[in-house]
Order: sequence, then C-alpha cells, then structure tokens
Amino acid sequence: MGSPMSTCRVVAYLALLVAYTAAQAASDTGPGLGQALSEEEAAAISLTITPDGGGLPEGSGSARAGESIYRARCLACHGSVGTQGINDRLAGGHGTLTSARLVKTVGSYWPYATTVFDYVRRAMPYDSPGSLSDDETYAVTAYVLFLNDIVGRDAILNASTLPGVTMPNAGNFVWAVPVR
Amino acid sequence: MPEPDNTFAAANGLLHRRVFLKTGVAAVGLLTAQVAAGTRDPWMKEPGAALGESGAPSDHESHVVRTGIGSQPGTTGSGASRTPLEFLDGIVTPSRLHFERHHSGIPDIDPARHRLVIHGLVDRPLSFDVESLDRYPRASRIQFLECSGNSGSATAPVAAADATCSSIHGLVSGSEWGGVPLAVLLDEAGVKPKASWVVAGGADAAMMSRSIPLAKIMDDAIVALYQNGERLRPANGYPMRLFLPGWEGNASVKWLRSLTVTDQPAMTKDETSKYSDLMHDGKAKLFTFPMGVKSVITSPSPGLAMAGSGVYQISGIAWSGAGSVRRVEVSADGGNTWAESALDAHVLPKSLTRFRSAWRWDGKPAVIMSRAIDETGAVQPTRVAALAGLANFYHHNGMQAWQVGADGGVTNVYV
Repeated sequence: MGSPMSTCRVVAYLALLVAYTAAQAASDTGPGLGQALSEEEAAAISLTITPDGGGLPEGSGSARAGESIYRARCLACHGSVGTQGINDRLAGGHGTLTSARLVKTVGSYWPYATTVFDYVRRAMPYDSPGSLSDDETYAVTAYVLFLNDIVGRDAILNASTLPGVTMPNAGNFVWAVPVR
Repeated sequence: MPEPDNTFAAANGLLHRRVFLKTGVAAVGLLTAQVAAGTRDPWMKEPGAALGESGAPSDHESHVVRTGIGSQPGTTGSGASRTPLEFLDGIVTPSRLHFERHHSGIPDIDPARHRLVIHGLVDRPLSFDVESLDRYPRASRIQFLECSGNSGSATAPVAAADATCSSIHGLVSGSEWGGVPLAVLLDEAGVKPKASWVVAGGADAAMMSRSIPLAKIMDDAIVALYQNGERLRPANGYPMRLFLPGWEGNASVKWLRSLTVTDQPAMTKDETSKYSDLMHDGKAKLFTFPMGVKSVITSPSPGLAMAGSGVYQISGIAWSGAGSVRRVEVSADGGNTWAESALDAHVLPKSLTRFRSAWRWDGKPAVIMSRAIDETGAVQPTRVAALAGLANFYHHNGMQAWQVGADGGVTNVYV
C-alpha cells in the first residue's frame, strides 16, 4: 500500500483497463446480433430523402397530372385549391409571416420542396398512406407547388428537378444551434 | 396543535423550506385523521377483493385520467392527450397517464415482425429485432419527456381563466426509460467519418420522421424498450422507441423502425413546418432541441379549491433539458418576493424534480408562481420574457401564475 512499486502497478493496470475498454468500444461493445442487409433493402425501408435530392426515387409528374389525383385523394381534407379544407392549409398565405394574421402553408412557410414529396410519400393520403405510386406522388407534389405559384402547370418534377425548386420562404430559416 | 416553524421566507405567508426538510408534511398540519372509536367501516367487516393479475386505480380515483383529448378533424388518433398533473405527485407519471401526441394513430405492432434498420453512412447496414435487442446491455434512467408544443396555450394574448394545469402544461411526463444505448448499435454498424446526422423513422401510418445530430445519438440516446419497469405501452412506442433525454418530445420517434446515418438533416415536415420557431421578423429557427428550464405549481391549481385560510403545501414540478434542477423558488405575491422551495430527494438530470413549499394563506386574494434554476445557472424566464420576439407557441417555458381568490378558487392569470 502506497509503495512506489504498487502505485506503478496500479497505474499500469488502469492504463491496460482503459486501453481494453477503448478497444472494446471500437469493435464489440455489444453481442453483435445485427443482421446484415443491403443498403438498397434498408433504403427501401427508411424512405429517407434529403434536400439535395438524395433518396428520391425514379419517376416523374406534373401539376396537370396531379390535379385529378388531388381532387380524388386530397380535396376532402384540404379543399379544392388547398385553402379551405378541414385540415392543414396547403396554399396561400404568402407574405403573412410577419403580420398579425399569420397563415403558414407549404407556399408561405416550408423551406424545401423535397419535404413535400417526402411527407406525401410517408403519410398521405391520411386514410391510405403508401397507396400513391411514385409518379402520382411527384404529380401531387407538383400540384401543391402549382397551387402556390411555385411551379408551372406543365413543369415536370423528378429526382433531378425537384431539389432545384426554390421555395419562397427558404431564405428565412436559420439554425438555432450550430450542430455539425 | 403546536405552532410549526413559522420563519417567513418571503412575503404573504411563505414559510422557510426547513419546515419540510426538518419535519415533513405532517407537521404542517394538513391532515387530521378522524377515527370514530369502537366502530368498523363496511370494508373492515368482511374480507376484501380477490388477488388479480393486473392492478387498477381505486374506483374513487376515476377522475384521474388524461385530459384535453383532441384530434385533427376527421381523425381519432392524430392529436394529443394530456397528463393530469394536478392530481399527481412525485416525479414518475403512471404509464397509463403519460401524455400522447400521435400523427396517425397508435399502430398495433406485432413485435415478432418489427425490425429496426440502421443504414446510410455506415460500414455495415444492419437490422435488429426485439429479441436480439433484449440481449444488449441496457441502461435505465428516470427522465422527462416534453412535447415542443407544451404550454403553448400560455402564449395566447389573453389568459383563459378556466384553463387548468394539465390543459396548459400537461404535455410533459416523467418515466423510468430503459433501453439500449444507440452508440452501441451504431458502433456495430460502423459510422463513417463524414456522418453528422441520423434520420429516425417510425412504424406508424405517418412514418413520422425526424433528423437528429449524430453527436446526440452517440451521447445519451437510447432505443427504449421499457417504461416504468414494463414493456413500452403501444401509445409510447411499443415495442421500441427513440428516446433523447432532455430534447423536444417530437424528436424521440415512437415505434422506431429506421435510422439513416447522413451528412445532413432530412428537413422533414415536422422539423421544418411544425416545430420550428418563427420570430416576429419572419425568420424561423430550426432545431431548437433541448427543452428550456421550467417549472409549474401543480397544487394549488385550478380545480383544486382551497378550503379557507391556514397552512397549505405548494407543490409542483421543475425540469430542464440542460441537466439537473439546482433550485426552485416560489412567490406568493405575484413575483415580488421569492422563497426557496424544498426539493424531494430525487434530483436527477433531465428529470422532473418535485418541489414543495409551505404557505400560510391568510384567506385573501394572492398570486402564486414558481421559477426554476438549472445546473447551468439558466433561470426560467417570465412569461413576457419567454415570448419576446417569438411569433409561435413552441418551446414556451415562461413562468405560470395562479390567482387564488378569496373564495379559495384558483384560476389561470398572467402577471
């Protein structure tokens, strides 16, 4: 106890323990029971899409094609032109963010067009999510953007054009904390 | 009854916290048990009910249920229900009363078929089932979960006098959460150097998704499997959910099904169009993750009438997404003078903390309120200060004031 030799031994032992723990953390902290699957299989499960277009599927659609889909599948909740439905308002409200009569819509507030495609593919239509094809999802996305005067009626949205659509309010978003 | 230690710690009857620390609640004289000598009440005259497989609250507590249940038009499961804070004590919310916020109902998941997939910027995409996760080392901690929209109604221009503690603040609950540290699973998959975010997706019909900085995932995030000692309940993510201690509830994705490791946030619907903080100048802040330091008096509060002048316990909960609560102060004169509260023994990081003060109410109108200070020194702001510059109601942590009337009624009030 307290001799220089034993202190040395304790320090050496602790160093070993730390090294061992660190090595474990890097390689096998857990039982290693994860089952391998391909990146393609996993991506088809997560459906993650990023604003740069990462994860967007093949396919395409225009507002002209999306109008009939919208009328059949979206109108009941969001109204005939996205402004007067029983649920979230999709269109209009441009320029209201600094006013007392604030109206947040896809057009007045949302910063990224890819978010529209991502959300529709995940969650809409509410009563039957996942029932739209990728072409139909692009078309409905185009129609919602058309209702907000962001794309033309015949603009084709696909994996390469959708990320290039600039949303009117995109420049007003800042990050609360630098997280990288 | 002997006079309790009545050193006044602040104006209008607030007693020193040593009343609690030294002598406990009983000495304050709240309870006067009355036993009629020589008689048996009916429940003492015959054996009681049988043993049972699963317990339930007393029939006399049937009013203690979730409140403010509301769903989007045309739906039944896309909305929120609130924890009845005013009827609870301690720091752990019974699982049946944990608040709810769902985006497309509660899925009925077969645990044998459920998988959690980890992929993206990793060396090895992996899939985990419940059975395999059960073999991983688990950690269990008592922590709060608060919806980003909690207390949003306190941002309304005019105070709703009939609002209750739960209707305003009931989107916060406390639980013991048990699960597998996500760092272990991500290490197994092998995170690539350029990775900086993780996009979490759920197995509900909305496939609810949120982007989380990788640093948080590796710090203290868990895949929660247990809540308050039992498997998660369906409304809280059965069979597994993401749990991010101290962060806005929406990011702790329930029914966790996928984690995509990326070099950027996905900018999902909820993190951009919903839980961003719009300012009066039109700018909007993304990613307000930690919930601010906060407290609220749960008793007395609206619906719990006071029965005449005398000594009462003022009790409530305090919490902070930044760590532990260091101190709670209570005022009985609308915020002019403050007395330090006693904290229950369990003062835990990113957990609800129970505070108690003794108050000698003189029977006259009074405004009671609380404020919390956390371990970083952050002080809960006044309602007005918390609202400064903000154009929406998310992440509100201003002080709550209750007006006690001469009749003993308690109402919501702004000061």
